[in-house]
Amino acid sequence: MAQTAIDIDIDEIIERYPGKPEYLIFLLQDIQAAFNYISSEALTLVCDHTGVPESQAYAVATFYNSFSLEPKGENLIHVCLGTACHLKGSGLIAENLMVNCLGACALAPVAVVNGEYQPKVTSPKLMKTVQKLGDE
Amino acid sequence: MQATAKDTAELRLGSLEELEKLRGELRAAEDPNQTRIIVCHGTGCIANGSAGVTEALKAALAAAGEDIEVMPGIKTTGCHGFCSRGPLVIIKPKNIFYQQVKPGDAEEIVQKTIKAGEMVERLLYEHPQTGEKIETTEDIPFYAGQERVVLANIGQIDPTKIEDALRAGAYAGAAKALTNMEPKEVIEAVINSGLRGRGGAGFPTGIKWNLAAKHEGGQKYVLCNADEGDPGAFMDRSVMEGDPHAVVEGMIIGGYAIGADTGYVYVRAEYPLAIKHLEKALEDAKALGLLGENILGSGFNFDIRINRGAGAFVCGEETALMRSVEGKVGEPVPRPPYPSDKGLFGKPSVLNNVETWANVSRILDKGADWFAGLGTEKSKGTKVFALVGKVNNVGLVEVPMGIKLRDIVMEIGGGVPGSDHFKAVQTGGPSGGCLPWEDAELPVDFDSLIAAGSMMGSGGMIVMDERDCMVDVAKYFLGFLEEESCGKCFPCRLGVPRLRETLKRFSKGEGTVQDIDDLYSMAEAIKAGSLCALGGTAPNAVLSTLRYFRDEYEAHILEHRCPAGVCKDLITYSIDPEACTGCRACARACPQDAITGEKKKPHSIDESLCIRCGMCMESCKFGAVQVQ
Repeated sequence: MAQTAIDIDIDEIIERYPGKPEYLIFLLQDIQAAFNYISSEALTLVCDHTGVPESQAYAVATFYNSFSLEPKGENLIHVCLGTACHLKGSGLIAENLMVNCLGACALAPVAVVNGEYQPKVTSPKLMKTVQKLGDE
Repeated sequence: MQATAKDTAELRLGSLEELEKLRGELRAAEDPNQTRIIVCHGTGCIANGSAGVTEALKAALAAAGEDIEVMPGIKTTGCHGFCSRGPLVIIKPKNIFYQQVKPGDAEEIVQKTIKAGEMVERLLYEHPQTGEKIETTEDIPFYAGQERVVLANIGQIDPTKIEDALRAGAYAGAAKALTNMEPKEVIEAVINSGLRGRGGAGFPTGIKWNLAAKHEGGQKYVLCNADEGDPGAFMDRSVMEGDPHAVVEGMIIGGYAIGADTGYVYVRAEYPLAIKHLEKALEDAKALGLLGENILGSGFNFDIRINRGAGAFVCGEETALMRSVEGKVGEPVPRPPYPSDKGLFGKPSVLNNVETWANVSRILDKGADWFAGLGTEKSKGTKVFALVGKVNNVGLVEVPMGIKLRDIVMEIGGGVPGSDHFKAVQTGGPSGGCLPWEDAELPVDFDSLIAAGSMMGSGGMIVMDERDCMVDVAKYFLGFLEEESCGKCFPCRLGVPRLRETLKRFSKGEGTVQDIDDLYSMAEAIKAGSLCALGGTAPNAVLSTLRYFRDEYEAHILEHRCPAGVCKDLITYSIDPEACTGCRACARACPQDAITGEKKKPHSIDESLCIRCGMCMESCKFGAVQVQ
């Protein structure tokens, strides 16, 4: 992503919320969603806006699983590791590839590929999906 | 004048009378005896393609022309609960129940059932034991055994339309409370109902409210815990997706009772549909004057905000959740002070679970006595369970407290596939424990479950069979808790990994009986020293599986054997030469190239290369791959 695009987009995001500490997580969530990760520049801008010290913001950014301080890959695959899915072998699927519970237990094991739910997924099926994504 | 959706968009209700007038008009506008098609759009059915079924039905209806008697438009609803049979299509008024419907079935449904009143046999539910085809929802054992109070409207209403919710009775309880009752009387009603928190701990709800209400004046908050982190639990998700107004209404009542003008709903980020429906519900309620300033002319102001979780199980803990709403790291704090004295932003706060709030709406509507008439003496009302795992009817069920465990699993659940009993049922998520088949007659209520070494928890109910290893299950839960531990207190931060390491050794066939004794003393220390229930209940998985399945632990340690065939280091995969056709599907799937053989002849697995990933077993269509 171009450096200028980041500057423009992020200001718009920052302005969505009042400059108070309680909006830290809202801001991090929106930035994570927009850029797939939280850069140190972004973190600094958020701290300037909310008044949260950088060390504290860093603690929050590293505490919660949904935030990443490094850019993620283009295709996101989530395999549910909830108990029902685990009993149906999802642990092996995840190991064979790599979330917490997605709350769709009746479809165990469940994987989410780029936002699309794949019910009753199997390792061979998922491998095929991954290969297809790699070819695209 | 008949109220339409457009009319409600311009109304603002200024009193209880106006609300009831609107409700009457909305009900009069819909004939309950008219044929209408309902399609389940809960997350489960959507994942199975129900949106495509809806489109196909719409097209088939349009093509069928003018001469059929059916309510125009398809009603799409939240989760009907029978997730393993989706996509689900229900046809009213008879409640004809069609399961596993595909878009290609739409034409036939319209022509045969809607037009000619005949069944499409292949789409009907079949009783697993008798083979009998069952036509209507009420007669299906999965539904017949249930008592749907919290889930009453889900599957009947379009959750994105407040008109549907109003028709079903939404906000009657809140209107009564705000207009005709003092806050003290509302609290009394909740106390008298006997409602205990549905989030897991089962604390008496009315008493919690009283503790916050006793602070005179000042800023207070009510919160809804919609984090639902227990793996295997999706009750709250379904309520928020399928009947969000039930939660909104409950919080309005709670805010009024304790004197709070602001409510927060903390929803886990992994529930986008629930968040979307909740946002719509708030928007619609506000527009009608059911939320915001001077609700129904009562003088009471109340608004609700939504906070999303950010992927931390520990934020389902009351004080950690509040820290997260404050924008901080989700670490629990010591109590006292309790949140009812010093909670969110340091103010008196009441936090309740989604299901608890939904029950509050019903209680104020139908009365404390009605609610107290359900359930048992110390566990009033009903409980929603997510029944999952090795059970025929996987899905969401609501049953009266006190129902026998066996009735839930074997009757409503339709039994265990391939067996006449279950090995264990896990309740209470990672904080809970396993109940063995010997406990099948146990009444399911708060205190009985605790006495048996488990707990109610939020409602996850995971059925296990002989192919599930109890050592592996305990290891799994400990792994989960180790990952999710916030790290603040060392009994949890250091103790849980120690427990898990021990179980990992057991699963490899290592360890001694002394290790088992050590587990007990570690468990005591962790329980006594942990700051919150994550650590405090972490040992439960181990303790309860040891209590009922000690022989399984000993088989691992003393005989280096995993009776269930799960623990990777103790099992071997092999190919049955009688069943193998030599199709090489497994060989192609094997990531280690461990399978060899001539084409069309039985193949074999090289044990020294095999990593026990199980992909060969999954790819074999002939059941030739075996585990010992």
